[in-house]
Amino acid sequence: MDWGWVQDHLGEIQSLFLQHAQFTLLALVYGFAIAFPLALAATRWPRLYTPILGLTGILFTIPSIALFMLMMPFTGPTATTCLIALTIYTLLVLVRNTVEGLKGVPREVREAAEAMGYRRFKQLFRVELPIALPVIIAGIRIAVVTTIGLVTITALIGFGGLGALFIDGFRQAFGTPIVVGFVLSVLFAIAADLALVGLQRLLTPWARGTAAR
Amino acid sequence: MTFLSELLAWFTDPLNWKGSSGIPIRTWEHIQYSVTATLIAALIALPIALYLGHTGRGGLLAINIANIGRAIPSLGLIIMAFILLGLNIIPVMIALVALAIPPIVTNTYIGVRNVNREVRDAAGGMGMTGWQVLTQVEIPVAMPLIMAGLRTSAVQVVATATLAAYLSFGGLGRYLFDGLALQDYEQLTGGALLIAALSLVTEFLLARVQTIVVPKGLASRNATAAVDAKMSGKAEVASSTA
Repeated sequence: MDWGWVQDHLGEIQSLFLQHAQFTLLALVYGFAIAFPLALAATRWPRLYTPILGLTGILFTIPSIALFMLMMPFTGPTATTCLIALTIYTLLVLVRNTVEGLKGVPREVREAAEAMGYRRFKQLFRVELPIALPVIIAGIRIAVVTTIGLVTITALIGFGGLGALFIDGFRQAFGTPIVVGFVLSVLFAIAADLALVGLQRLLTPWARGTAAR
Repeated sequence: MTFLSELLAWFTDPLNWKGSSGIPIRTWEHIQYSVTATLIAALIALPIALYLGHTGRGGLLAINIANIGRAIPSLGLIIMAFILLGLNIIPVMIALVALAIPPIVTNTYIGVRNVNREVRDAAGGMGMTGWQVLTQVEIPVAMPLIMAGLRTSAVQVVATATLAAYLSFGGLGRYLFDGLALQDYEQLTGGALLIAALSLVTEFLLARVQTIVVPKGLASRNATAAVDAKMSGKAEVASSTA
């Protein structure tokens, strides 16, 4: 480890980290914007669930490097290419966990809500989603950690966030940038995961009570 | 449309099917890397996970190692191994094996731990030894999850073996990195399609193997959903999915 290098490159490391965080956040936001309506549709019309899961599953199985490269002729080595592919990889987990979460809402709860006069949308947002939240957040956690890892792959087409340090280190046959990129990327994933666990605790205060009982 | 016809031309050009940089040889190299890495990973991970699952030890590590593995950047790992160990295929293999181990450990451990206590006790009550309980009861019952872990790892290895070409080795990644360097989009896209196809074939073949090795009575169990649900602590949600 060459700490001098780290000191000289703090500004660069910071901007790479910001790019990494930006890509991750945008992919998650876009992913959720697509996955949420799909999940609602799959819950409302169960027949759609298998095809939606199958399609997102196939997209998820395609290696990220291949997907980035497949888009190159159309969108070139741009941030758009990175974001489209990163977004696609969040879909499977987000759709699956949202649907499973909503399916897990006990029937009695649903019937009670209906009997109390809840309209469909109010029931969804006030009753079903809060109950499904732990499973949905579990999906978001997997998606976030996976995306943070995948962002580093975009280094191969000139982006990569902290992954750009891998390419730097490789070109110079110099270990320090690689270690820095590796450690920061893993720490970022762990921190984001823990933050989501904290968010879940904040959003589901009732769960703490039951755990203690 | 012109791009598609050029892509088709790339695939049908006889030159791309011949010699050491032809599609059959590159595919074979890719398969060799992938099979070797997955087998080594299975040989390391399965005994450890079966032991931990059978004895119930090390659960925290075994359950969380797959999550940690997900956070490891594969490109960083391969380049780091290369800087440390030099330019030969061994660092690539070490990185591939390291990435393949976590999903096998977590799935196998959870599979064995999830075997009903009554089933395990009944097997012991019938006079089975620990080894017999493991091989005749726990492994067969855990088979859906063991296979799910192997499948996840194998598909991931096929994807990551692409990076071998970044370090100047063979495999289908060659087309990607050569295509990228030459701005040859037909080669680039052709290679990407081959890698995507190989991944899907791997997933499909192992899904078939799974239906063969999983005991018939367990065939309806949805292995993948069970693991993810386990991580969210909602096993009862998953067991309701077909």
